[in-house]
Amino acid sequence: MSMKKTMSLACAAALATLSAGAHAQISGGVVKIGVLTDLSGTYSDLAGSGAVLATKMAVEDFIAKEKPNFKIEVVTADHQNKADIASNKAREWFEREGVDTATELVTTSTALAVMKVAKEKDRIAIMNGPGSTPITNEQCNDVSVHYTYDTYALANGTAKAVTKQGGKSWFFITSDYAFGQALEKDASAVVTANGGKVLGSVRHPFPGSDFSSFLLKAQASGAQVIGLANAGADTTNSIKQAAEFGITPTQSLAGLLMFITDVHALGLKSTQGMYLTEGFYWDLNDETRAWSKRFFSVQKKMPTMVQAGQYSSIYHYLKAVKAAGTDDTKKVMAQMKKTPINDFFAKNGQIREDGRMVHDMYLMQVKKPSESKYPWDYYTVRQTIPAAEAFQPLSQSRCALVKK
Amino acid sequence: MEIFGVPTALLGSQLLVGLINGSFYAILSLGLAIIFGLLNIINFAHGAQYMMGAFIAWVALTKFQINYWVALIAAPLLVGLLGVILERTMLRKLYKLDHLYGLLLTFGLALIIEGIFRDQFGISGESYEVPEALSGGIHLGFMFLPLYRAWVVVVSLTVCFGTWFMIEKTRLGAYLRAGTENPQIVQALGINVPLLITFTYGYGVALAAFAGVLAAPVFQVNPLMGSNLIIVVFAVVVIGGMGSILGSIVTGIGLGLVEGLTKVFYPEASAVVVFVIMVIVLLVRPAGLFGKA
Repeated sequence: MSMKKTMSLACAAALATLSAGAHAQISGGVVKIGVLTDLSGTYSDLAGSGAVLATKMAVEDFIAKEKPNFKIEVVTADHQNKADIASNKAREWFEREGVDTATELVTTSTALAVMKVAKEKDRIAIMNGPGSTPITNEQCNDVSVHYTYDTYALANGTAKAVTKQGGKSWFFITSDYAFGQALEKDASAVVTANGGKVLGSVRHPFPGSDFSSFLLKAQASGAQVIGLANAGADTTNSIKQAAEFGITPTQSLAGLLMFITDVHALGLKSTQGMYLTEGFYWDLNDETRAWSKRFFSVQKKMPTMVQAGQYSSIYHYLKAVKAAGTDDTKKVMAQMKKTPINDFFAKNGQIREDGRMVHDMYLMQVKKPSESKYPWDYYTVRQTIPAAEAFQPLSQSRCALVKK
Repeated sequence: MEIFGVPTALLGSQLLVGLINGSFYAILSLGLAIIFGLLNIINFAHGAQYMMGAFIAWVALTKFQINYWVALIAAPLLVGLLGVILERTMLRKLYKLDHLYGLLLTFGLALIIEGIFRDQFGISGESYEVPEALSGGIHLGFMFLPLYRAWVVVVSLTVCFGTWFMIEKTRLGAYLRAGTENPQIVQALGINVPLLITFTYGYGVALAAFAGVLAAPVFQVNPLMGSNLIIVVFAVVVIGGMGSILGSIVTGIGLGLVEGLTKVFYPEASAVVVFVIMVIVLLVRPAGLFGKA
């Protein structure tokens, strides 16, 4: 082969690589996002189809605004809150379908299972629905992002504010499994640290339906505040029955894990005056209202923080893929952690080395029925908890990735 | 004053709460017992039918401004009618087969019904207010008794014992009991047994819906409210003796009380205690406390 011919071949090859440059780095030529969530069970209102919708909105907006030169696909599956189903599905997605990131993952057990598979297959896990702190502590890894909230932030926000405002004596109604006990422990620590006292607690079987016995115990304790260390239907039934037995408003209730969908389901009459911590509220400002009204027009429900966080995290992920020019896990993770998050959901949000996305949280008080002027007008913002205070500080971290 | 380190006031109030829950169990297990006794069908759709009763009350109130009192009659009639249709079109074909087929059919139906409601109403459920006339409560000294809960006890016990009276002491009840014992002979005596069976199923289902309406102001009305309760209710029926009418009533109330006491002394076990009793009863008296061996 002549020298000239070799040179021209090499040039042609180089040119070909250049023109394909942008595509070559995206595996399979498409960025595939998997939404693995509870589409039918207990958490389907706070995550579920709303999270799928939020993902699709994020993809549409990203394509319209950022005009990426890669294709984006969204796949969804129902993990039924079962860890084995979740990890099998994630494995199938990563191995056979070329999914780049598994997202949402409500309930801690499914999240922890998928995080392991993601680590093994070198893909990304982005969590919005699950709440437990081991995700960014004992079980943390470098391919996971815990985006919207965690139980530390909620217990810390609510328990601190309520104790500081004079709710000095507490009694906990705790659902009797790992999650409830962790929540009670976290909140008790905050109460004592702020000069309050925990008078006692009662553990109810999970799930329960009649809470009157436990409420009567809480009533007999004489505590000013009854902390509800449970979730979902257990929380809503506790609140409803507390009103029935005349416990509220003499004693006040603090929901340690509550979502706007719970308040909506119960109505303001039985929830009024309650404190709770949220990472997002649709009616905060023009930006949140504009986005939430788009969401509402399809879903017929205002978004929960999980759904809003899902949108924000997907958009952030796609931006990182574009900026890095690849869907390679390591590079995208580095890009995501490097870039601050600024959108309607978070201002100056930052993903830390332990995978925790820190952003401002909000202490809310539920409005009285007379104060609510329009549908879904449920909260008054009592305090914006700055990102640095809202989440567990890195100095207390039990994550191996955190250098101390 | 204290008993075993527990203030009597707290004990009294927990027993009362136990009685309230017991009367729910009684009315639900009664429906199951009647259906099993006459149809030999293990009605796993009972929880879903209970849930439908609650939802019908909620829809009636919020969409059509139909109040609680009307719903208390109308919802059981409506759900009972659906039960009659179900019996005529599906269950009827299964009588000659093993119990398991009826169980599978009704279980499948329960899943479908709950799925439809979940799709329509979401999982968080809806809130049903206590009717005006029964809001508020009475201070008993040792506790505050919501008026509505008192009403639940009175009305469910009335319905339970009314049903028992009808089955044990009236001519219609005699036909029913005879039909259970030997349908062929009763049929030969000129009594329309298939019709009797259809209405029995309808009545059992209506009882479930009635309990559902009673429960609506107490619990959050949600698509899974029945499936959470139904397993305990089945345990009640088994302890009482499958198909025993009086057994299901007495056991329902009794287990409510036991559960209430467990909540005082060791609340963590309150969900298990019913099943522990079931195991013991099955070991000692396999036919149940009131069952005929």
